[in-house]
Amino acid sequence: MALAEWMRQNKAPVVTKWFQVLLADYAGESGRFLEKYQEQFANPMGYAFFQGLEGLFEQLLEGLEPHRVRPCLDKIMRIRAVEDFSPSQAVDFVFRLKGVVREQLSGEIQANRVSTPEILAFETMIDNLALLAFDQYMLCREHLNEVRINEIKNRTARLLARAGGATF
Amino acid sequence: MQFAGLVVVGIIMLVFLGVQGLKLQFFFGVIIPYLALVVFCLGLIGRVVKWGRSPVPFSIPTVHGQQKSLPWIKASAIDSPVTTAGVVARLALEVLFFRSLFKNVKAELGEGRRLTFTWEKWLWLAGLLFHWSFLVVIFRHLRFFTEPVPAVVHSLGSLDGFFQVGLQAFFITDLIILATVLYLLLRRVCIPQMRYISLPADYFPLFVIFGIALSGISMRYFFKVDIAAVKKLAMGLVTFKPVLPEGIGVIFYIHLFLVCVLFAYFPFSKLMHMAGIFMAPTRNLANDSRARRHVNPWNYPVKVHTYADYEAEFGRKMEEAGLPVENSQAKVS
Amino acid sequence: MASVPKPDQLLKIDHRPPQTGWMDTPVVFKKGTYSHAAKAKNLEAVDLPNPRDWSPDQQDWKLPENWKEIVLEGLRERLSRYRSLQIFMDICVRCGACADKCHFFIGSGDPKNMPVLRAELLRSVYRKDFTTAGKILGKFAGARELTTDVIKEWFYYFFQCTECRRCSVFCPYGIDTAEITIIVRELLNLLGCNIDWIAGPVANCYRTGNHLGIQPHTFKDMVEFCVEDIEKLTGVKIEPTFNRKGAEILFVTPSGDVFADPGTYTLMGYLMLFHELGLDYTWSTYASDGGNFGFFHSMEMAKRLNYKIYAEAKRLGVKWILGGECGHMWRVIHQYMDTMNGPADFLEVPVSPITGTRFDHAGSTKMVHIAEFTADLIRHNKLKLDARRNDHFKVTFHDSCNPARSMGLFEEPRYVLRNVCNHFYDMPEGTIREQTFCCGSGGGLNSDEFSEMRMRGGFPRANAVRYVREKYGVNTLACICAVDRAALPPLMQYWVPGVEVAGLHELVGNALIMSGEVPRTSDLRGNPLAEGDGDGDV
Repeated sequence: MALAEWMRQNKAPVVTKWFQVLLADYAGESGRFLEKYQEQFANPMGYAFFQGLEGLFEQLLEGLEPHRVRPCLDKIMRIRAVEDFSPSQAVDFVFRLKGVVREQLSGEIQANRVSTPEILAFETMIDNLALLAFDQYMLCREHLNEVRINEIKNRTARLLARAGGATF
Repeated sequence: MQFAGLVVVGIIMLVFLGVQGLKLQFFFGVIIPYLALVVFCLGLIGRVVKWGRSPVPFSIPTVHGQQKSLPWIKASAIDSPVTTAGVVARLALEVLFFRSLFKNVKAELGEGRRLTFTWEKWLWLAGLLFHWSFLVVIFRHLRFFTEPVPAVVHSLGSLDGFFQVGLQAFFITDLIILATVLYLLLRRVCIPQMRYISLPADYFPLFVIFGIALSGISMRYFFKVDIAAVKKLAMGLVTFKPVLPEGIGVIFYIHLFLVCVLFAYFPFSKLMHMAGIFMAPTRNLANDSRARRHVNPWNYPVKVHTYADYEAEFGRKMEEAGLPVENSQAKVS
Repeated sequence: MASVPKPDQLLKIDHRPPQTGWMDTPVVFKKGTYSHAAKAKNLEAVDLPNPRDWSPDQQDWKLPENWKEIVLEGLRERLSRYRSLQIFMDICVRCGACADKCHFFIGSGDPKNMPVLRAELLRSVYRKDFTTAGKILGKFAGARELTTDVIKEWFYYFFQCTECRRCSVFCPYGIDTAEITIIVRELLNLLGCNIDWIAGPVANCYRTGNHLGIQPHTFKDMVEFCVEDIEKLTGVKIEPTFNRKGAEILFVTPSGDVFADPGTYTLMGYLMLFHELGLDYTWSTYASDGGNFGFFHSMEMAKRLNYKIYAEAKRLGVKWILGGECGHMWRVIHQYMDTMNGPADFLEVPVSPITGTRFDHAGSTKMVHIAEFTADLIRHNKLKLDARRNDHFKVTFHDSCNPARSMGLFEEPRYVLRNVCNHFYDMPEGTIREQTFCCGSGGGLNSDEFSEMRMRGGFPRANAVRYVREKYGVNTLACICAVDRAALPPLMQYWVPGVEVAGLHELVGNALIMSGEVPRTSDLRGNPLAEGDGDGDV
């Protein structure tokens, strides 16, 4: 219970730190640009990342219901899926939340205000979240391929339809 | 940045040694200013002529507003100008108020999830204040080069020096120049994106201008120099009867030399944006390319695929499909 | 005992690229972020230099022996031909106002996609070989040697610019990256380095008159296919004419709309509108594409392909030309055609035969945009419209880059939209009109193999669409560009599922009440109309 309470109270610093960790994946010059997460239209990427992380963090506290987690994950993974990342790199940010939490929590641990089982349980949740993230990544990649196939088909759809004598 | 900084420090040392050690007052006070002026004028003219020699083959304004088309649709006279007056107004707003920079609007969702609009106003504000202050300062300096001093220079001076510090008028533009140059410099150093794109050529003029402002201000408020003597020197220069009055401190020579460096550097650098802004075809042309034909002086003939070539290849198929042709092949075959 | 690493160290894999200055960071060709190289046969078809088969991800690009000389001589020539280039090389102060305005930078975060840096890729070479300071001071003056790595970098980044001109809007001196991209692409072409998505359509268009290489009989066939569909939907039989001499108007539109959905629905809209008006117009199979991929290739190629429009207008003896919905086609027509292939003194100042409106703003080029033409018709009450037939659409409008920033065509399409549909919502300020975000696939970059980059580049646009979708339930993205109609559907499918893409005149076609039509039960796509729509009781 103590951990959950602490999480709720420390949502802002944890999410902000997590956000910075995620942005560290991008070159320094642009990482700083992405940081301006409030700019919904001028910086859609940073905005989506922040919104997604905030949502994911809340879902971790709410027990990680897959159908609620997915929309938050989608905000991030949809972008990661079209970037220069390998699949492992693309989901890596989820695991990094462990480090963020441990670091922020070090005082509490030393003071014995949170118990080891609690931390382990939370970290297992993060593992589960990572699995969902990987699913979402694959979903986005598959979606991208589908979109590509549709596009190629569509380019000559009329010609093919005409050749085959079919109508719409 | 270090490189540009070192060069400026080197320049200052050079003057110090030259004036203080080698007593080269005549060189730094008379020869260098004339030289800088000649380089500036010839360089500026040369560059503008070079630009002018390249033609503007196409009418390529960047349009920022509704075109003039149907009479009942309100056209944007300045953002999509069709008249010379519109173009002049567009350029004037650009030159006098940096309108495009001001346009740097950003929509964002504020804390309360409400759509709010702010703009990157600091670059615009600092840029505008810097350029205007610079102009006022240059204008103010006319009092050294004119006799009698025109009334307008006096009144501008007293307006600028509205705030009195102690017994002396304090020029607000001095402070603004220092502050804005510092801002423009810090921006380049602190924002990673800016640091990434900045070249030594971006830091150098900022350092020089900072040096000019700092030496000028020190002369005025701290290490007082003999103003009468400076004016004598300046008048000598403009009347082409150079004199070298005694008792002008080395700080003046540093100030003067930095100014000369800036002038001589000007035509060969990005500072030429001052002239370039008037000549950019994306801003100084009217959006009337469908109403008036723009002529390209080097419009050379190109190899094309004529209709005859086309029909020669596809004529038979065209006829079979019932498409009209120029030369029926059905009759031939 | 080995020291136990801290959890932080274990957790962190560093993905960040080495922190080197941009001049020292060579480009890496990764699948999905570059387009295939131009095939030899497509270069040969239009007599271009150095035709060969090669691939950008290979070490050897098979450049000609004297490639460096060719590039520098080419640059020298262009500096003397374009004042824009000369000035844009000299006056940039690197203020950074443009840095975060490029959709590719916003969507990818790659610093070399900042417009200022994209231009510096050329400027650095210009300084080295064309300025005294650069020759003497080298890197301190921002100059660098022209090497094959630089050529590769140019290829990568100048085929990652869609020539949308958004950055130019924010530049205090109007420096236009599109202009620089056009010129660097010309230089690359001198070495035979182009992408096949541009070279292929160019070769096709030169020979057959359209980018897809469709021959005249098939072109006619395809248009007639749409005619059949219209008859099925409306009961009205339309008889378009082709290559007809003596018609009053020549109609030219991008060929994409003839062959690919959803452009075909826009084409149906045109056919229905012209039929209803009884317009005396003709299609041309020779000038069967207004789109001009030559413009993404070089100015010379733009002129070579554009030539056929005036040539055909002259041959057929029409009075003026009407142009369909297309983006870059309209940049070429509005800003280049008259200069390149004019004067069009054999044509007359366009006058709408229906309303009598004289289009003086097109008095020299003699070509009118269909949005202008239709807006004028609606204004004069010449069309019977039932906007309720579009009630199942909640529409937003994408300003295509070229008609927006090169023409200023903002109000005409919006006026038409407001009259043909009841639910129209603009996207937020800063993402529309002159600040519109590119679809991410313009400039000849809508190739399939480039899809990841296109998704990134189109993200800012998609993001603004998502906003109006969430806020107003928007389900239709209207546009006036054939590349948009090809590129936006996949973009929407990926980022904002549930939003379809429609041309302006598809919506006009839906709303248009035609004389003699049967009650409509579906829209042009075959989607059933909403309850109570379109039963003709207007």
